[in-house]
Amino acid sequence: MSSTIYLVLIAVVVVFGIGAVLVNRRRSANAKPVAPTPVRPAPTKPAKPVPTPLAEVTPPPATDEEAESEPEPEPEPEIERASFRTRMSKARGALTGAFLGIRSRGGITNETWDDLEEAMLRADVGVRVTDELLEGLKGRVKSKEIADPDALLAALQAEMRSRLEGADRALTFEPGEPGSPNVWLFVGVNGVGKTTTIGKLANQQIADGRSVLMAAGDTFRAAAAEQLTTWAERSGAEIVRGNEGGDPSAVIFDAIERASARNIDLVLADTAGRLHTKTNLMDELRKVRRVAAKGDGRVTEVLLVIDATTGQNGLTQAREFGDATEVTGVVLTKLDGSAKGGIVFAIETELGLPVKLVGLGETIHDMVPFDPADFIDALFQES
Amino acid sequence: MFDSLSSRLEGIVKRLRGKGRLTEADVDEMLKEIRTALLEADVNVGVVRNVTARIREQAVGTQVSEALDPGQQVVKIVNAELTAMLGGETLKIQYASRPPTVILMAGLQGSGKTTNSAKLARWFKSQGRQPIMVGADLQRPAAVEQLRTLGRQIDVPVFSEPGDPVSTARRGLEEARRLGKDVLIVDTAGRLSIDTDMMEQVRQISAVIQPDYTFLVIDAMTGQDAVSVAEAFHATLAIDGVIMSKLDGDARGGAALSVKEVIGRPIAFASTGEKLSEFEQFHPDRMAGRILGMGDMLSLIEQAEQAFEKDQAEKAAEKLLDGEFTLDDFLEQMQALKKMGPLGNLMGMMPGMPKEMKNAQIGDDQLKPIEAIIRSMTPTERRKPEIINGSRRNRIAMGSGTTVGDVNRLVKQFAEMQKMMKRMGAMAGARPGKKGKKGKPGRMGFPGMGGLPGGMPPGMPGGLPGGLPSGFPQSGAPGGFPPFN
Repeated sequence: MSSTIYLVLIAVVVVFGIGAVLVNRRRSANAKPVAPTPVRPAPTKPAKPVPTPLAEVTPPPATDEEAESEPEPEPEPEIERASFRTRMSKARGALTGAFLGIRSRGGITNETWDDLEEAMLRADVGVRVTDELLEGLKGRVKSKEIADPDALLAALQAEMRSRLEGADRALTFEPGEPGSPNVWLFVGVNGVGKTTTIGKLANQQIADGRSVLMAAGDTFRAAAAEQLTTWAERSGAEIVRGNEGGDPSAVIFDAIERASARNIDLVLADTAGRLHTKTNLMDELRKVRRVAAKGDGRVTEVLLVIDATTGQNGLTQAREFGDATEVTGVVLTKLDGSAKGGIVFAIETELGLPVKLVGLGETIHDMVPFDPADFIDALFQES
Repeated sequence: MFDSLSSRLEGIVKRLRGKGRLTEADVDEMLKEIRTALLEADVNVGVVRNVTARIREQAVGTQVSEALDPGQQVVKIVNAELTAMLGGETLKIQYASRPPTVILMAGLQGSGKTTNSAKLARWFKSQGRQPIMVGADLQRPAAVEQLRTLGRQIDVPVFSEPGDPVSTARRGLEEARRLGKDVLIVDTAGRLSIDTDMMEQVRQISAVIQPDYTFLVIDAMTGQDAVSVAEAFHATLAIDGVIMSKLDGDARGGAALSVKEVIGRPIAFASTGEKLSEFEQFHPDRMAGRILGMGDMLSLIEQAEQAFEKDQAEKAAEKLLDGEFTLDDFLEQMQALKKMGPLGNLMGMMPGMPKEMKNAQIGDDQLKPIEAIIRSMTPTERRKPEIINGSRRNRIAMGSGTTVGDVNRLVKQFAEMQKMMKRMGAMAGARPGKKGKKGKPGRMGFPGMGGLPGGMPPGMPGGLPGGLPSGFPQSGAPGGFPPFN
């Protein structure tokens, strides 16, 4: 507690300084009224995982016919899982131009290095990882191990591939006693696609023969539970919802109990998006993680969902969420856009968090296991 | 997590002390650091190249003045350049002569269009307008439901109908006319910039409603891709301005700079929190400081302004410097501080804060024991903590559920702070409240207080008011706080 006191004292002192300045500022005439917006309950109360009476169970009424009337694009009749090459090829360009330039030169010049560096940075690989990769290659060029641009590019690819090798990317599902469901918890900042990921994954898991129950743990965002319910109806999963503004831990605990009672195999637990800088919300998430492990379920995955457009902040996100919830893997969404998702190199190598799934499109079948070789091939694709 | 640019430059600067002029080699070395800082802030590679070239021109041959060290001078140049690039002008909304003024919201999935539609509607309401929102996102399940819920919260009507987004938008416009609303905000589905069908759809929506303003919503956490996204949307829709969302995180928001530079349209609004009220017009100078990692003093001041009663703050500040500050005042100020949001966020906004403190996790919960201790004291004890003896200490500890050690620490540290403040008050000579009547806020540091260690270039907006620096560990001031752990 002692360091807290210092911080508080300092903060108070600073604020006084500001107060002093304010004395001379005319107070903005129209003090803005604060709209009655929903405020999340701070996670102050001790975890009391009592199932909320308001939670309701929606039985799975949906059939395929019903699902087709939904506006969401539906999978083509010919079901084929998307591949990186076809999906990411739409967005080639950033790297391709640079690589063409590099190959067109007779030898390895200063411009070659500049072009390479720029290409990597454009893919959001980040300054540090880029420097590391290029330093290693520079040494090998100096020692004449690598002599021409083609060999250089091949060596870079091999180097990047080796960095992503060896990780276990399979989603953990432990078949166990009936009444002890696996729990996969989804966390991440706002707008990365947690709810959509759960919807798609539920479909796949059900197709693979597992029974699935969704826990609508996002009790904050307006209509988040409705969004998940739509997905539950489409996929035939069950869903447990709480009331808006309710305690997410209670909803998730309740969902796990329900799944246990019904011998359901897998609980997919949604949480509200939150910025990793909000201490109170991260504390709330810690509680969710703790409570999820308390009942009859086993938390076998905590998946951090990251948007492929995320820049260098992605590393901070991964670190903070990892600290708070023992993240076991990453889901990289929206990789079918023009973003390259290079931040996963830093996340994998610096934090050791494997990317397990990637989102390559809007249909259910576009959520696929991450394949590092394909990912890197797609980055280097030239035509 | 990232070091601020100024602390990055510190090492280089040390060697340069005593030099009269910055040579090209010195500047190159600094530019490398600047380049890294910008790239880590997600400024687009191409934009970084242009910025550094311009900065080099200005920096080479710069006279190293007595007052500023070369590092500070360079940071000042960089800051000025970034501010200029981000645009001096804030976007002024020109309302359509024939209402409604139509606004189209566009962007990638998850960038925050729906939330920001509601925030924008609330903003227009606060400007005395009567907005209506149209939910034309028929793609994402429950997106319209989300918009309706938000609409109810701010008491703004929402129009939507199932079917085709283009005709929904058209009917929304008719509805706005029928209801006599003067601002129409059309929320659209998130779409990838390379999805030709979806881009064609939003072009059609735009053609039908003929927006007066088309806003592109961009997530502050976006990386290098921000530029290609902005270019693609601009080519299809002719963007008028950008709304930066999720600026309340710790992303540096280099995307803002890049987008402004590439499409030449201003950042109009910034979303700074989850509450619908946390939305404001964009301030380029603050953003520049943020990209460079120099904190955001101006925002801090504004937040403080909203949280504190002016008179109360004035009185407290005077008391503080006179050494008459009691635990009661401390408690009162702590309450006000809590209104400003989690302490950790505030720490992050203060420029020059030592890293240990920025990273310290303090939630409001951790303030509770302190509060409890003070509340367990009698009024006399709060005024004169020196009378607290063994038995009083025991009583306080029992009453607050803490230990005697905790009580001791609080009392001791409070006394130290009091002493320090008194000394500072004497040094400053003048009462803060009585000077610089016309002075711009943030520019008036106390005399004799100097800049922050490793810190902010003087003359930058947001010089730290009040003598905080002497309290910092590095500054070696008497009565400073012991090191943190």
